[in-house]
Amino acid sequence: MSWWVIIALAGGAYAFKAIGLLAFDARPPSPRVVRALSLLPPALLGALIITQTVAVDTSIVLDARAAGVGAGALVAIVWRRVPFLMVLLVAAGVTALVRAVT
Amino acid sequence: MTETPDPTPPPTYRRDGIVLGAAVGLFGITFGVLAVAAGLTVAQTSAMSVLVFTGASQFAVVGIVAAGGSSAAALASSLLLAARNGIYGLALHRHIGGSRPRRLLAAQFVIDESTALALGQEDRRHTEPAFWVAGLAVFTFWNLGTVVGALGGAALGDPEAWGLDAAFPAGFLVLMRPHIATRAGKIAAASGALIALVSVPLLPAGAPIIAGALGAAVALLVVGPTPHTDRPSDQGPSERGEPT
Repeated sequence: MSWWVIIALAGGAYAFKAIGLLAFDARPPSPRVVRALSLLPPALLGALIITQTVAVDTSIVLDARAAGVGAGALVAIVWRRVPFLMVLLVAAGVTALVRAVT
Repeated sequence: MTETPDPTPPPTYRRDGIVLGAAVGLFGITFGVLAVAAGLTVAQTSAMSVLVFTGASQFAVVGIVAAGGSSAAALASSLLLAARNGIYGLALHRHIGGSRPRRLLAAQFVIDESTALALGQEDRRHTEPAFWVAGLAVFTFWNLGTVVGALGGAALGDPEAWGLDAAFPAGFLVLMRPHIATRAGKIAAASGALIALVSVPLLPAGAPIIAGALGAAVALLVVGPTPHTDRPSDQGPSERGEPT
């Protein structure tokens, strides 16, 4: 990865943090804007999850990843306060296992 | 002689902040492993954790590049994810005082965990110290974890043999959980996923994720812009030590 991506992301991420904390002394944004921004993370995370589970470049492929992520999701649903690391280990482990046997 | 016992219990934010930080350190290890597996150098991985310091965006940029997306698509998606820190900054705005340089420094620590712990204090006098304790603890452990993971990850070998490519979406699944506590959040997540899925064959790799951001607009249309019932968890990242 290029250093420029890291620098641009660092600058952009800091700008968002600082704008909220420092720039709205006079006039805070409307609740509508705040609400729209707060719905971005679930939308983007949903998109990230699905593409990284079933997409390879521009085609849709059901492979070992789908089995692994499905297993991770199942663990997260059944065990509500499951540690983050456990979900990752289950997903990676099942994916590796399916790859090894197929 | 009159007894005036102190009605407020001693603050627990110091302990809470450090426990939170230590938990985040484990995710820092995961980030380090996955970033190196995705092709970043140890120096780049560490620089990202120090300079960017907002976990979900870091996982996103690394994950999209690892999955073959362009740098531009990776950057755009992770910046959209980082936009929520602006909301946290707004919520913290009147609690973080001091000089302008001090507040400029504080801005770097505006993340899910510090916001949750600070705004979770019942006694408003504890809000600002809780913010600093959580912010500094998470920063310290997240960066320590990143270095450990990056150095360890370099020794792992082929990431796909370990199923590490599936660890990204699984991690996002956990990260998403506090955001889908409300109906609007659920609709945003489901529509974002659907839009992305449909656009996979139509758009270059990485772009479907940005298209998925439209899921937020769908949720706004369905639920309406200002419901009164589900505000708190929109503002509220969890205090459970999930990385952000």
